[in-house]
Amino acid sequence: MTDIVVHLALLLVFPPLLLGVINKTKARWAGRVGAPFFQPYYDILKLLRKGMVLSTTTTWVFRAAPIITLSSVLAAGVLVPFGNSPAPVAFTGDFLLFAYLFGLARFFTTSAALDTGSAFEGMGAAREVTFAALTEPAMFFAFLVLAKLSGSLSLGGMLHSGGASAYPAGSVAPLVLTVLGLFIVLLAENSRIPVDDPATHLELTMIHEVMVLDHSGPLFGIIEYSSALKLFVMGSVLLGVATPWFSWNGWLDWPVFISGMLGLAVVVGTIESIMARLRMPRVPSLLIAAILLCGSAFVMLVR
Amino acid sequence: MTRARAGLAPIHNGNSIRLETIPTLGFGDFQDAILAAVGGGQRVCALFGAGTGKPDTTALYVVLADDAGNGLAAGRTEVAGSGFPSLTPRCPSVHLFEREIAEQFGIRAVGHPWFKPVRYSRSWTGRDAWDRPLPEAILPAVGDFYRVEGEQVHEVAVGPVHAGVIEPGHFRFQCHGEKVFHLEIALGYQHRGIEEAMERGPTARSIHYMETAAGDTTIGHATCYAQIVEAFSLTQKPARAQVLRGVALELERVANHVGDLGALSGDVGFLPTASFCGRIRGDFLNLTSLLCGNRFGRGFIRPGGVGFDVDRPLTDELSRRLHALERETADSINLLWDNQSVMARFEDTGPLSGETVVALGIVGPAARASGLMRDTRYDQPSGIYRFFQIPVSTCDSGDVFARAYVRWMEIQQSIAFIRSQLANLPPGETCAVPGALEPERLAVAINEGWRGEVCHVAITDKSGRFARYKIVDPSFHNWSGLAQALRDQEISDFPLCNKSFNLSYCGHDL
Repeated sequence: MTDIVVHLALLLVFPPLLLGVINKTKARWAGRVGAPFFQPYYDILKLLRKGMVLSTTTTWVFRAAPIITLSSVLAAGVLVPFGNSPAPVAFTGDFLLFAYLFGLARFFTTSAALDTGSAFEGMGAAREVTFAALTEPAMFFAFLVLAKLSGSLSLGGMLHSGGASAYPAGSVAPLVLTVLGLFIVLLAENSRIPVDDPATHLELTMIHEVMVLDHSGPLFGIIEYSSALKLFVMGSVLLGVATPWFSWNGWLDWPVFISGMLGLAVVVGTIESIMARLRMPRVPSLLIAAILLCGSAFVMLVR
Repeated sequence: MTRARAGLAPIHNGNSIRLETIPTLGFGDFQDAILAAVGGGQRVCALFGAGTGKPDTTALYVVLADDAGNGLAAGRTEVAGSGFPSLTPRCPSVHLFEREIAEQFGIRAVGHPWFKPVRYSRSWTGRDAWDRPLPEAILPAVGDFYRVEGEQVHEVAVGPVHAGVIEPGHFRFQCHGEKVFHLEIALGYQHRGIEEAMERGPTARSIHYMETAAGDTTIGHATCYAQIVEAFSLTQKPARAQVLRGVALELERVANHVGDLGALSGDVGFLPTASFCGRIRGDFLNLTSLLCGNRFGRGFIRPGGVGFDVDRPLTDELSRRLHALERETADSINLLWDNQSVMARFEDTGPLSGETVVALGIVGPAARASGLMRDTRYDQPSGIYRFFQIPVSTCDSGDVFARAYVRWMEIQQSIAFIRSQLANLPPGETCAVPGALEPERLAVAINEGWRGEVCHVAITDKSGRFARYKIVDPSFHNWSGLAQALRDQEISDFPLCNKSFNLSYCGHDL
């Protein structure tokens, strides 16, 4: 019961801090002091207090999309185990629901973008779905690897939470490949460099940001919060795969999990600081690399 | 020496000649002279209209630069009636000049392949080349745009309001998926009427109009204006002032080039150089501020010389700061060339061929990046550049990388120039007092601003006041180059290409 409370509390409160850590890391690399760690919270709270401008060409889809996205990501958040404690909701095949909850969020985000009738947003939606078509196979190959290794069809078992024994010996190579593949998926899905640049103001180069250009005020605050949540939820999956040895003591695992997530944010921030974005036509190559990494991991297991 | 062609009057940069020495050619001869000159490797620096005092007659003046022969030539003709046959089909580099003449004087360039207004303003004569009804306001970018038809072709309109804190301009892309077929740029939002305001000058305001014609080229435009006034008044400017003008112009170049390299880095999402260069640009601006109290150099250049002298402690301080900045600049900019992910974005993006550069008359680093030795500090030197030459930096690939790398080479050359000039400042006065302007003369002043050739041409009337003051900012030539560079490129690379040219909106709109 305590674990569930901690899980939900972390899920609701922690995610924006990840963005704060990423931004701080980037600032440090660039020789700046940077915004406070808690700036994303201030930004979201500020947006929630603001008024909203709604274009007359938009319909209910435009207003519903941020809410549906938030709900989907939250729902995905209760399916995934954090650290060593089991997920609040778990059942056989829940990883399918997990993956397609993000698909649902994407469907509505892109629909809302098309709803505005703006050339920019249409372009962003086209890019988003094109690249998503390549991240999805990578993610499913990763799940197949985990299912094969753990013999479980639930995220809880696949990520080896709840005191399950370590992965069988000889699984290190596939796991390393899967972690690399999932990391690329994480960067792509959360519109980070080298796929997208969350800090840019140049509409023509954006993928995710350009789809939400017309959202403002509370709806935009919800979108910002949802993207932080998405990063957190996907990050926790990656962390679950990357650290299968977790867990000795129930209460120690939470700080270990939290510092793991913060470390992940520092890694993401560092990557954003030391490399430029890929040219847009090069992005599919990177995503195909993710598919190949996860796919090879699976091939190694079934041979 | 100038190889002046028949009918053209030779003139030197920073000098004036009597108007009557420029023969008035027949219109056909005038166009043939331009064609022959351009065919022989010369450039059109300026082509503009001027009133003649007679109704329905417009004088056209041309200033041609013979870069190989280090000379300039001026020509003149008159157009009667409501139009003239366009030269653009035979000489593409005059395309925007002809549109400008049509807009300012209400005479049509008949046969111009893309005959549209330049700045969307009323003509100075009451006629209108497009027969637009008088009471209606003329709004920028209103009208037809080039369109590509097709099932899968889509149009993306960007601006005039942009996401960043930049000037207004409208960009219309014809795209097939992510690929750009064509880009058309419509400007005019920043039109303030500077050329009109300069007429009947110089007044106390003139220098301020010049310093703000394009705020980032304050020194470039103000130096040209000062040279125009000096040319008309036959003022001998002190050597010390000429050196200090050169120092200020190079400081302006370094500050802007450093800022541009930082911005290019920011556009590809490479943070370290973006952040460092943002700070270093400010430090270079502060050097200009040490000279005159203004970071953009306002108040420094004055007709007759410079507004502020420097003393020994100041030159020591400048040299000391320059020394520290030189190392920091190298450290942060060299990160770009060492980073493969940055180079992957810069190389082969937005290439501009040497032929296109020649055809369109592109100037400045954009021309040098395509392999052309085109630098007016070298070709048409004035002031200190006649005595101290800065090597011309060129690159040959014509892409974003080349435009960035030319900037980096120029930064190094400019810093070396500033250092050597500060160490060898000639003694003496810093400002002579220009006398009255000689009547009925034409003067040309050309300087290599950081963006390229800044060209001012002025004509005085019978009373020694400006009858016409023509300003050609490098952006006026180079916007068409940007549009060409975007062909067959990814639309997501537009911001990067745009930044690699970094053109001025207000310098174009005047």
